[in-house]
Amino acid sequence: MLSNLNIFLIIGITLMYSAPLAFGALGGVISERSGVVNIGIEGMMTIGAFAAAAVGYFTANPWLGLLAAGAAGGLVSLLHAVASVTFKADQTISGIAINLIGPGVALFLSRLLFDGATMTLPVPQKLPKLFGENAFHNTAFSDLNVDITVILALALTVVLWFVLYKTKWGLHIRAVGEHPAAADTLGINVTRTRYTCVLLSGMFAGFGGASMTLAVISQFTPTAISGQGFIALAAVIFGKWTPFGAYGACLLFGFAQALTVVLGGGNFAVPSEILAMLPYVLTILVLVLFVGRSVAPKADGLPYEKGVR
Amino acid sequence: MMQTTVKILKKPITSTIIAVLCGFIVAAVILAFAGYDPAESFAALFSGVFSKPKYISNVIIKATPIILTGLSVAFAFKTGMFNIGAEGQYIVGTIFATIVGISVDLPAVVQIPLVVLSGTAAGAVYGAFVGFLKAKFGIHEVITSIMLNWIALYLSNYIVNTETFHQPNSTSTFAVNKSSFTMLLPAWKTSKEGIAAVKGNKLLSDFLLKTDVNFGIVIAIIMAVLIWIVLYRSTKGYELRAVGFNCDAAEFAGINVNRNIVQAMLIAGALSGLAGALTITGISPHKISSMAAFENNGFNGLSVALIAGSSPIGCIFAGLLFGGLLYGGQSVQSVVGAPSEIINIMIGTIVFFVALTKIVPALADKLGKRGAAHVK
Repeated sequence: MLSNLNIFLIIGITLMYSAPLAFGALGGVISERSGVVNIGIEGMMTIGAFAAAAVGYFTANPWLGLLAAGAAGGLVSLLHAVASVTFKADQTISGIAINLIGPGVALFLSRLLFDGATMTLPVPQKLPKLFGENAFHNTAFSDLNVDITVILALALTVVLWFVLYKTKWGLHIRAVGEHPAAADTLGINVTRTRYTCVLLSGMFAGFGGASMTLAVISQFTPTAISGQGFIALAAVIFGKWTPFGAYGACLLFGFAQALTVVLGGGNFAVPSEILAMLPYVLTILVLVLFVGRSVAPKADGLPYEKGVR
Repeated sequence: MMQTTVKILKKPITSTIIAVLCGFIVAAVILAFAGYDPAESFAALFSGVFSKPKYISNVIIKATPIILTGLSVAFAFKTGMFNIGAEGQYIVGTIFATIVGISVDLPAVVQIPLVVLSGTAAGAVYGAFVGFLKAKFGIHEVITSIMLNWIALYLSNYIVNTETFHQPNSTSTFAVNKSSFTMLLPAWKTSKEGIAAVKGNKLLSDFLLKTDVNFGIVIAIIMAVLIWIVLYRSTKGYELRAVGFNCDAAEFAGINVNRNIVQAMLIAGALSGLAGALTITGISPHKISSMAAFENNGFNGLSVALIAGSSPIGCIFAGLLFGGLLYGGQSVQSVVGAPSEIINIMIGTIVFFVALTKIVPALADKLGKRGAAHVK
């Protein structure tokens, strides 16, 4: 039923949709592995998406936009770090606050900078494709000429896996997330580790926002990030707090999105709204059938009090 | 003196008030930086809430659903669950209230309970499903809830476009039958006698003729009290809170943890579904429309519950505060020209400081101890 062309198309769309999610999910992984629940990924992605589009528009340089997105996401994540690490505040509450502040600030700034509009103007230049703009033009392979962000997301996944499991610093992060008191007695600075991880998590999420507004679409709109941060959050849990697990969950989700797009193009009897549910239904089904119980890092969500056992 | 200060600081309400003040201060700073007069903006905000009876009525109308979704989230919090699915439960509430309200046309005494209960039941089933998946398969409620929110959104859009319910040349369904309406004296809006009866009274005519004054707020308040009683004055509530506080200890004490998880989510879902149903029966256009993104009635419930510190009664006030900010915020844009998103930033800041000010009681404790040591 599906021709070769459709298979390439499905792969291409799968990768395209999964890239922003993967960045967000990797942000979630690093933050939660250090013991800080980050439910604010959605807000950090939104502010990143806006910063990317705004800087990309004014400088005409998408790479500067990408950097700005990382910086903006990082800046917002500092709020979360201050609340959850320094003030030992409830991390869920702080995360929800970030989800309100992020989009609020993005839309507020958009209205100030773009004549009262809640969307930016299209960027003159998007981030490049993997093999350049015109490679494989009009061939079946053109669907595989994916955005560069797809490759960056995959690379980041590998790097994060390597750092977490093959380096001393990664061991420190995981120790802090499992048993901060033990880590502390071994001379690991719990506060600094958690600050760094939350900061990185915000930067990753910012990149995720940028890969939406500089690659998938070419401008910021109020619905550019509508729920991807939450899907990424789900992917973190789904992937059992590991980089590859989370990336795999994002791929599955992107694949379901791709099926929706491809099937929607044909003459199927299924209404488009029912088809649109597919990614979400599929996720629940996979969880019920294959994944089951997932166990968070032991100290995830718990502030570290020195001297308390 | 010291003792009273400590006592005041230790009250949860003090932390909340400090958080709200901080929200206003941060918003003022941002407005000033953006070149708007903060005083003027806040004046616009307050007059947008209080200057006309019509405005006050609209604030209450806007607050009603988020008080209920706030209760839903707060109740789940107390039982150890994070109900991020209030949004989806609210949506299925609106869907089933609309379906039943269109398909059935009985006398109002039967029709209203039927429509409202249909929406409530839909939300309850939706919530219980999350609880079931958690209890039976150990799947984290946050994942399933996030997925179910989207499924509800697309289900709603699907129903809007079915031949049976779709109103031709529109992006919505038909409105529910008039017998389902829960407004106060809706007929007076159009009847000569009704208009004449309240004409002399500015307050009444504003309330009754210009806004959808409805019974929803009464039900929301009753539910808040009811949930308080269930949580703090019933054996079931004790069990639910015990599971929320320490599920291993609860299990050891002979409480069936899995059953309690499902029941807790059933009740939480019912509250959000009720919010959806009351929106359909109480507020025009009394129907569901195609949605491109979430309308946030459930997500706002999260903020309400947090500002209320998960207190059921607190949700009433937090909901009114939230409703006032959302509704009055529109005036900030229309009068001063400042982006109305400043309100979202402000609400976010309030929630952020709610997280921070949780440490106020602990600090007060320290302060009190130091004071006591000093006296010695």
